[in-house]
Amino acid sequence: MGTTQILFWFLSVLAIVGAIGVISSKNPLYGVLWLIIVFFAISGHYVLMNAQFLAIVNIIVYAGAIMVLFTFVIMFIDLNEHPEIPKNIYLKIAGLIAGLCLLIVLVAALSHSPTGNIEMKNGTNVGLIKYLGKTLFNDYVVPFEISSVLFLSAMVGAVIIGKKEKEINARG
Amino acid sequence: MEIKWYLFLSIALFCIGVVGALTRRNSIIVFMCIELMLNSVNLLLVAFSKMHLGGAIPNVASAINAQIFVFFIMIVAAAEVSVGLAIIVMMYRNTKSIDINFLNRLKN
Repeated sequence: MGTTQILFWFLSVLAIVGAIGVISSKNPLYGVLWLIIVFFAISGHYVLMNAQFLAIVNIIVYAGAIMVLFTFVIMFIDLNEHPEIPKNIYLKIAGLIAGLCLLIVLVAALSHSPTGNIEMKNGTNVGLIKYLGKTLFNDYVVPFEISSVLFLSAMVGAVIIGKKEKEINARG
Repeated sequence: MEIKWYLFLSIALFCIGVVGALTRRNSIIVFMCIELMLNSVNLLLVAFSKMHLGGAIPNVASAINAQIFVFFIMIVAAAEVSVGLAIIVMMYRNTKSIDINFLNRLKN
């Protein structure tokens, strides 16, 4: 077993354990910490596959910005005062069975498909920011600009939704 | 390394996300499960991008397009999270609870 395979299995186990931690944690704050572990494991996979730019963006955007946002919202909300009421046990079992069925069906359907190989040892330049940036600003300029409009509208929407209703009524 | 191990890893992460979204009632945890599903899809896209670079005829254009696609998925996910968390904060302010069952009442 080579180094890349050992790394692959280590990161995979880390990701799956973290994901199970997310859905089984009582306190959402621990869920956020587990999710950060999952994101770091996935970034490790990206580095393993020579997608360095995406690995860095994944850490900055997900483990940095989005998880900080989640943590802030959890700190805003006083969860000790209103603990989560657990779902009906039958609904929980039904959800578990539904998810397991999806897992079994997908694995069974795809396990006999013709497979390709990933050659980990051959490093490539495709994942570097130089090549991705050239493509992004040549072929994908319009989607890139549209995504900036999307961000602007998301920002305005978040501010308007987050405002207290009195202020909106007073001004409108 | 065969591509199917990445396929199975992504399927496992996606299904864990589905189970979490179906069995939990805390809306923040449901939201985190949706992030988990998005990330599993990203992982699979990067794996296929890497697969296109191997083999007899490396297909560099497909590989680059796949990684740009992952980048755009991350952009949309970031915008979605900001609006979704604003909705959760509004929900908490109105009902003092973040139970997902509150959203049942929207239909009346």
